[in-house]
Amino acid sequence: MRQGSEMSKPTTNAGPFFPRDRNWHPPALSPNYKTSVLRSPQKALLSLGNTISETTGPVFGHNMLGELDHDLVQNYAKPGESAQGERIIVHGHVLDEEAKPVPNALVEVWQANAGGRYRHKKDGYLAPLDPNFGGCGRVITDENGYYAFRTVRPGPYPWPNGVNDWRPSHIHFSLFGSGFAQRLITQMYFEGDPHIPLCPIVRTINDPAAIEMLVAKLDMNHSVPMDARAYRFDIVLRGRRSTMFENRMEGN
Amino acid sequence: MTKLEYLKESPSQTAGPYVHIGCTPNFIGNTGIFKEDLGARMVNEQTRGQRITIKGRVFDGTGTPLKDAMLEIWQADSEGLFNSPSETRGESDPNFTGWGRQPVNLDSGEFCFETVKPGAVPFPDGRPQAPHINFWIVARGINLGLNTRMYFPEEEVANAADPVLGRVEHRVRVSTLIAKQSGDTYTFDIYIQGDNETVFFDI
Repeated sequence: MRQGSEMSKPTTNAGPFFPRDRNWHPPALSPNYKTSVLRSPQKALLSLGNTISETTGPVFGHNMLGELDHDLVQNYAKPGESAQGERIIVHGHVLDEEAKPVPNALVEVWQANAGGRYRHKKDGYLAPLDPNFGGCGRVITDENGYYAFRTVRPGPYPWPNGVNDWRPSHIHFSLFGSGFAQRLITQMYFEGDPHIPLCPIVRTINDPAAIEMLVAKLDMNHSVPMDARAYRFDIVLRGRRSTMFENRMEGN
Repeated sequence: MTKLEYLKESPSQTAGPYVHIGCTPNFIGNTGIFKEDLGARMVNEQTRGQRITIKGRVFDGTGTPLKDAMLEIWQADSEGLFNSPSETRGESDPNFTGWGRQPVNLDSGEFCFETVKPGAVPFPDGRPQAPHINFWIVARGINLGLNTRMYFPEEEVANAADPVLGRVEHRVRVSTLIAKQSGDTYTFDIYIQGDNETVFFDI
């Protein structure tokens, strides 16, 4: 990763991040998502204005990427073969809350295969594995904050929460900005999926407008004729304040 | 009229039980996609500073260790500089990443980081912060990653003056942020919920 000359040096400002709106994010305790009951803190979070420990963070160089890291159709497939399922391109911009592009942001994704089965030793779902699909990819945004993956649309799958709960089709996203306080993991859903309003994990989010941010839109303009459809998914990370008027020693 | 227009941050969702597929694929045997798991190694032979090992487990509200959690740490190098473009005070140790990522063991729930002890870094008002390591914890059942800090038990004087620890109103909870030491190994157990609940931060 970014050691020595590999490290990229964008001219980002180094100020503190905008506070997180924790009414917009899902609360820690969301009892309909049962696992959250015992995995949610009961005491209040201690608010900490950012120090340099939070405003800094790792930034990764494009040269850490392999040739097929962004192509899940190919990156686990045997030569001459490819993953089964609906071929799609997932693309968009990573922006901050001021709508400025976030360049050099590492975007990692993982997902089930077309039948809803994960390549994970703990997934016992009876739908079969696809021998040509691994389910992970990564990409680093360009100078405009743009990223793109190629993959197959994941299937919905059942999970032991309610007696008949099914996850909507979704792709997990992990994001790095330029500071550790921007770290974010979320999930992308697909426009029109009737499972979205039924899902207890989706519904850990209280605001319908927040849920809408996680629903990728069918993007026919970027579909590749006779090959793959496209979905557009923009992601927003925390914005940063300038440091011009921070308190200094003499102010205290 | 000026209108304030900001985008909202994308809302968080749980990392789920299969976070390894995307973040540490080699750890679960999904090899051949990425050469090695990102964040698995923080140091090399040339890294400056005192080598330390950090171990621990993450417990739920019944005292049961999580077996599907993933942790990331972020810290300064031994001189107190961060390996980040946002570091404006100088060049950090080029042989130290400052960032580590480890899943917990699928059977025991234990995590383990090989790193170096960080130097002190300043608080925004210029006072020193005691040496510390930032933790970020995600797992099934955690809707938004949990942020905490690990401090060092042998840094009693620095810890007593630390501006962040000083903000913990219920002093009995300060000890939840301080690791236990045995030689160069530190144990930092994290309690998500209950009597010994770890202090988590809104950063």
